[in-house]
Amino acid sequence: MKSYLFILHRPAHSGAFAQEMLDIILTTAAFDQPTSILLLDDAVFQLKKGQQPEHFGLKDTASIYPALAIYDVKHLYVEVESLEERGLKPADLGLPVQAIYRKDIAGLMRRHDVLFPD
Amino acid sequence: MKFAIQVNAAPYAAHAGHSAYRFVEAALASGHEVVRVFFYHDGIYHGLNYATPPDDEFNHTAHWSELAQHHHIDLVLCISAAQKRGLLCRDEAERQGKQDDDLAAGFRIGGLGQLVEATLHADRFLVFA
Repeated sequence: MKSYLFILHRPAHSGAFAQEMLDIILTTAAFDQPTSILLLDDAVFQLKKGQQPEHFGLKDTASIYPALAIYDVKHLYVEVESLEERGLKPADLGLPVQAIYRKDIAGLMRRHDVLFPD
Repeated sequence: MKFAIQVNAAPYAAHAGHSAYRFVEAALASGHEVVRVFFYHDGIYHGLNYATPPDDEFNHTAHWSELAQHHHIDLVLCISAAQKRGLLCRDEAERQGKQDDDLAAGFRIGGLGQLVEATLHADRFLVFA
């Protein structure tokens, strides 16, 4: 068994990246490995409330996040500075997250066996 | 040491695939083991049989095929990433009522489970993006 930290930094509709990363995250969790996600940079927009991607023929990737708990995805971390730099607060996001400061990210990474970038 | 490798970018969109190829070559030459190379996102285009670059250019697909043949490296293209981009192996094309046979020698089609499995078995997991 290994612990996985998926480190996402792209917004939702940057090609198929967000959706294809969620596929890997769900597969890893289905393998019963401890799985967590860290949203950095523009990836924090993935969880912003009030998205209407279906109006543009795009997949609603934000709707997949609440289902991650069912797959036992342990933690959903969001970097505080990434939110602040984009004028967002945790309350602007569609589900509860664990806020983490930039200075603590390296420590978070060290506590995981596999770091998986997008 | 055992390495699992993921390649995310298409051959001519980035240098990722070429760097991955050189890394795998060097790792094998140094006596390391490569558990699997998994091609995901646009990286699946490395396995396109019909890539036909000019003679004086590096043929990515041919080099990977040759590496697989000489070193028995497991080269896996993600099935969902490949299908949505129009790269179908013969079996899958038949199931879909199509006539494609797009997969280059030495590559095979697999699922994301094979990526996760490779990361579990490897000592190090490297993503070339």
